[in-house]
Amino acid sequence: MRRRPHKPAPPRDEAPRRGAERRAGANRFSAYPRNHLRVFFNTLGQLYRAPLHTMLTVAVIGIALALPGGLYVLLQNTQRLADNWEGTAQISIFLKPSVSDEEAEKLAVRVRGLTNIKQVRVLSRAEALEEFRTLSGLDHALDALGENPLPALLIVTPASEEPAEAEALLKTLSTLSEVETAELDLDWLKRLRALLDLMQRAVWLLGALLSGAVLLIMGNTLRLAIQNRIEEIELMRLIGATDAFIRRPFLYFGLWHGLLGALFALILLWITLGLLAAPAKELAALYNSSFEINGLDMDSSLGLLALGALLGLAGAWLVVGRQLKQIQPG
Amino acid sequence: MIHFDHAGKRYPGGFEALSDLSFEIAQGEMAFLTGHSGAGKSTVLKLIALIERASSGQVIIAGQNLATLRARRIPHLRRSIGMVFQNHRLLHDRTVFDNVALPLVISGHGHDEIGRRVRAALDKVGLLNKERVYPVTLSSGEQQRVGIARAVVHKPPILLADEPTGNLDPDLSREVMGLFRQFNQFGVTVLIASHDLDLITRLPHRILSLNGGRLAGERAALTSTTP
Repeated sequence: MRRRPHKPAPPRDEAPRRGAERRAGANRFSAYPRNHLRVFFNTLGQLYRAPLHTMLTVAVIGIALALPGGLYVLLQNTQRLADNWEGTAQISIFLKPSVSDEEAEKLAVRVRGLTNIKQVRVLSRAEALEEFRTLSGLDHALDALGENPLPALLIVTPASEEPAEAEALLKTLSTLSEVETAELDLDWLKRLRALLDLMQRAVWLLGALLSGAVLLIMGNTLRLAIQNRIEEIELMRLIGATDAFIRRPFLYFGLWHGLLGALFALILLWITLGLLAAPAKELAALYNSSFEINGLDMDSSLGLLALGALLGLAGAWLVVGRQLKQIQPG
Repeated sequence: MIHFDHAGKRYPGGFEALSDLSFEIAQGEMAFLTGHSGAGKSTVLKLIALIERASSGQVIIAGQNLATLRARRIPHLRRSIGMVFQNHRLLHDRTVFDNVALPLVISGHGHDEIGRRVRAALDKVGLLNKERVYPVTLSSGEQQRVGIARAVVHKPPILLADEPTGNLDPDLSREVMGLFRQFNQFGVTVLIASHDLDLITRLPHRILSLNGGRLAGERAALTSTTP
């Protein structure tokens, strides 16, 4: 036999051997976080070493998440805009011509006592005429009439924007004896509400659909990653790796892709909104509005990141267990 | 340590790889398993590491009846067994060091301890200076020694080898067998499947020959300790 460069150590006796086993036992408690930490960095390193492949997968996931994310932003902004309009939702109460300004003031006090009232403004007959004069531009025609033809008005702002409650209030107000007619453009409110509900549902459905797509993308990517590493997985099994140990890097792989995909989606949204901000502001200015597009707030952004990570992890989870079970040595 | 009690293995389709095989290998013993290809050598090793389960009879490893061992305990059984393969089964995208470290990483050892033990194992097989290289740059004999270092790095009580010298020339084969004998001297139970009769009959260890899945003959260990 050829001489070895180093002499073998003398055989150990039993005592240090038992000590070694005790150490290995104590190890088990710290092994879990240590394994996670190791896989955490190892998988990141793997992504870094295959940048093109990583970027492609991340981009696909990012686009899939950016689409419902963008619609969500659109919905949020529309809702905000609608809230502004609804803030001006008012009930106009036209009083009978026989009701004097004084009686109108008294009635206003009574109406303020009703439920669901935010504000009541009295527009006396003179004021109503003045307003009509400035808005209509029919100065000369009104002068020709000589007498003020307009009744006094109460302009009521309901506390609740809910169409049902506003309608109930309208009914109550129209039964008052001094009131000629009370008007509220309820249909307009209802239509807007319905449209927003529809949009909201569409966004959720699309979100669910594209989340499903992310799951499938992640699953398929992982299936390929596993196929590429069959040899390694078999060896791991042979030398005593547990299922959890073999599964772990693939789960992290899914988590990272999902998280990076969500980050990419956020960047896409940010760029898109940046491009839309100026024209939107211009359009708003034409309507005498200071409306500006709001992007995702901090909570929603974190939510999107969490969703991405969760979808990546879930997609990995769905595929990895079954795939790995099929890979057995022998 | 390794006890086969009327063990048999029949594959779906009726092929009987092993039938009614009984033998026992004591703790600290070294033995060879020989026979033509298809005689059942590899199947014996697979039953020990629970890569396959016996379809009849019993296999008892270190007092544990493998028939009652649950699937989720299999990794722990395998950690008590070091395995050496004919084709090395090294991972080619990792350095020699990382390959040898795998069994320790799996059982969650700390960084420092892994470094110490891996270097000790590489030292034993004479490859300490190769820890940073990739397996492809090594000769076949060196690759097999890396495989052996990986099999013993976590100090398993049992060492199994399936045709460990199958691809090596006689000199390298003798060298590899010498390594196994060293580990055996440290108290490791060693079972080696090999058809290299020239080599193993010159060694003093017990030889079990299989034929058609049955024990066909046995040569007891020679009393002399030198070949």
